[in-house]
Amino acid sequence: MLYRVEVRYKKGVLDPEGNAALDALRSLGFKADAVATAKVYLIETPSSQKDVEEMCRKLLTNPIIHDYSVSKA
Amino acid sequence: MKALVMRAPGTNCDSEMVRALKTVGFDAPLVHINDVLREKNLSRYDVLVFPGGFSYGDYIRSGAIWGKKFVAVLKDELRDFVAAKKPIVGVCNGMQVLVEAGLIPRTADYPEAAMASNSLGYRCMWTWLRVEKNVCGIAGLYKKGEVLRVPIAHGEGRYTVAPGTEKKALAELEGNEQIVFRYCKPDGSPAGGEYPWNPNGSLSDIAGICNPEGNVLAMMPHPERASFFWQFPDWTLGEKREDGLRLFKGLAGSAGGKSGRSI
Repeated sequence: MLYRVEVRYKKGVLDPEGNAALDALRSLGFKADAVATAKVYLIETPSSQKDVEEMCRKLLTNPIIHDYSVSKA
Repeated sequence: MKALVMRAPGTNCDSEMVRALKTVGFDAPLVHINDVLREKNLSRYDVLVFPGGFSYGDYIRSGAIWGKKFVAVLKDELRDFVAAKKPIVGVCNGMQVLVEAGLIPRTADYPEAAMASNSLGYRCMWTWLRVEKNVCGIAGLYKKGEVLRVPIAHGEGRYTVAPGTEKKALAELEGNEQIVFRYCKPDGSPAGGEYPWNPNGSLSDIAGICNPEGNVLAMMPHPERASFFWQFPDWTLGEKREDGLRLFKGLAGSAGGKSGRSI
């Protein structure tokens, strides 16, 4: 099974890369109100979705600053 | 006195660290992390040192792979080491490892803090640090309020706690006297989060903290790059400092199972 894991910053955590992208987009003349960065992992595994969620808690995220979502890709 | 200096793929501050440790009298073997994980024998060392660098390419998060691998294989050994009050030091990437491993701010199964991206990206520069009132035996040779000159070089050094819990977390750290170093202005006055004095935007200008017992120290600035007068930028103008070396002297004093102010 192929799972798609998306890791985002929690609301309230500074996202310098997102902010830099926002500034750059605006400087190119685009209209943008906010930019947030996220990281996506595509994981091929025989494990269950529950196990993939444990992967997120144990390694792929730091629960202090990240939220994550797991879906079947 | 045996201080284990570990290196992982991407570690790049190991030789300076070994040199500083040897200068204060340590036997400081430099061992690859794979060998450390294979040997599973931390108890034969008096001190564990995680030096700086970019272990495992900083992939996933800085320090995450090293920290999680270490805990996955050596959790019990590591906890025994901490419980025996033996010193553990993490500098730069080493601090990120200790936070990800759940040893800083205290021993826990999941991280209770994060080393987030600097507010202005990667920075390599000299900083000023103020020594705070702290329980860290390793920093025991510094006086409270003393101002040190120590360089940083990192992109993810912003000490962060869960959004909304900042006040509580700070009160706890201050109550336990866990904040060892804060970034400050050259005269020792607070940086107040202001760049360049606070180079990364860390919570309350935190540059280095220890666990509540005081035997695990994690800091972003590099004492091993400020241990000899010739490492300082103005040494040809007569600047005679060795601010970082006193940390290693303090470490030597606190090695051997002692902790707190017993140097």
